[in-house]
Amino acid sequence: MNALKHYIVDFFRALGSLLVGMKTTMREFFTRKTTECYPENRATLKLSPRFRGTLTMIHDEENHHRCVACGLCQMACPNGTIHVVSRQETTPEGKTVRVLDRYEYNLGSCMFCQLCVNACPHQAITFDQEFEHAVFDRSKLLLKLNKEGSSLKKQ
Amino acid sequence: MFDFSIVTQWFHALLLSFLPEGVAVFLECVIIGLFLLLLYALLACALIFMERKVCAAYQCRLGPNRVGPWGIFQVFADVLKMLTKEIIEIRHADRLLYNLAPYIVVVASVLAFSCLPINKGMEILDFHVGVFFMMAASSIGVVGILLAGWSSNNKYSLIGAMRSGAQMISYELSIGLSIMTVVMLTDTMQFSQIVERQADCWFIFKGHIPALIAFVIYLIAGNAETNRGPFDLPEAESELTAGYHTEYSGMHFGLFYVAEFVNMFIVAGMAATIFLGGWMPFHIPGLDGFNAVMDYIPGFVWFFAKAFFVVFLLMWIKWTFPRLRVDQILHLEWKYLVPIGLVNMLLMAVIVVFNWHF
Repeated sequence: MNALKHYIVDFFRALGSLLVGMKTTMREFFTRKTTECYPENRATLKLSPRFRGTLTMIHDEENHHRCVACGLCQMACPNGTIHVVSRQETTPEGKTVRVLDRYEYNLGSCMFCQLCVNACPHQAITFDQEFEHAVFDRSKLLLKLNKEGSSLKKQ
Repeated sequence: MFDFSIVTQWFHALLLSFLPEGVAVFLECVIIGLFLLLLYALLACALIFMERKVCAAYQCRLGPNRVGPWGIFQVFADVLKMLTKEIIEIRHADRLLYNLAPYIVVVASVLAFSCLPINKGMEILDFHVGVFFMMAASSIGVVGILLAGWSSNNKYSLIGAMRSGAQMISYELSIGLSIMTVVMLTDTMQFSQIVERQADCWFIFKGHIPALIAFVIYLIAGNAETNRGPFDLPEAESELTAGYHTEYSGMHFGLFYVAEFVNMFIVAGMAATIFLGGWMPFHIPGLDGFNAVMDYIPGFVWFFAKAFFVVFLLMWIKWTFPRLRVDQILHLEWKYLVPIGLVNMLLMAVIVVFNWHF
């Protein structure tokens, strides 16, 4: 008798759980689809905020960046994609400081792992949403991230 | 109600006017065969397209949308690609059986397909024992699948084929029981008669509770019969690469693929014919004006609408539930579906005897 009761109870419990599953998928059937029809909706394309497009250096309106040329990103990079070229400068107070000369980034060998961004102690670099990287010449993939005439933001 | 037999009789008379009868009948058979195969291929394309779109919608995607408007030419492009591919003959395979197997599968499904009454006067095969013939014809497919698995000389193919055999032979039982439940209500096995008897009301409403239970059992067993949905373990990709058709390439694989989809349509069309009235429009006894309006919609529209509705139900099941293990499949069949089917049949017998149906 107990077995029969189990049989019937199990049957209806299973039926209930199957119906819950079917309800869930039917709701999913009518939700808005996440597919982006890319070349057509180029103007309105929405990428997720954590999408990693191109490595960029953050510059403010006065053309200041926050890079102190410490080279931690270059050391963190597994591919040797980043080269931080710096020079020594003497401040008016007589201190010798390192100043960023050129922040060289080879887009062609970057694997977008974000280790450089995580290594940066000043949040000077970040990944933006730009992903249309195709060019006809590999030399065009060698980018300089610090803008012309930019300087370190004064604390 | 549009009667297609007017067209066939006119055509027969036309041929008889300048041909002897034997030649005319032969010519008609050839033409019907051609139309049948054309419909078969087009339905397969439509179903594959529908499958891809519906599956995409369940997974929150759009599905194919690049080739033609809404991607409707995607399947035709796939078919063309498949046709241009080489049919590879593997070494140490049983050459004859290996090449024969896909055709057995397709012949079985074409035979079962030609049993479906599409419109009034548009039955191709219409026996007195049509239900038996359909079930027998659709079971030939198992032989093709077993042959494919055996002759491929590949252990995964063989495991897939054996699973398929175990599964299809057991679920045949449930299909038979649920169809028999309805046959008890109709007291006929001829498909045209089964549809005619639903003129006042479809069987799923006429037979109420037992018919509904039989419909659900039929859907589950039909899904298993076509190796789809949660019962697709004969071709479980993650375990058996592709099951019984692992070693097939080109159009031989294409035939298996097409037969699988059309088998799904056959299951759906059979459910539509037996439970939802086939080409019979939706009639409510007593409302003559409403019934007359419904009669203006031609029968094949009703048939395909119902069949595709059932196909959608099957796809809903397929894209909801995870795959079962082989022991779970047999457990479900022998410990749940068969006893419930038998009890349901008894219930239907009681209802028919005491005339409790509508």
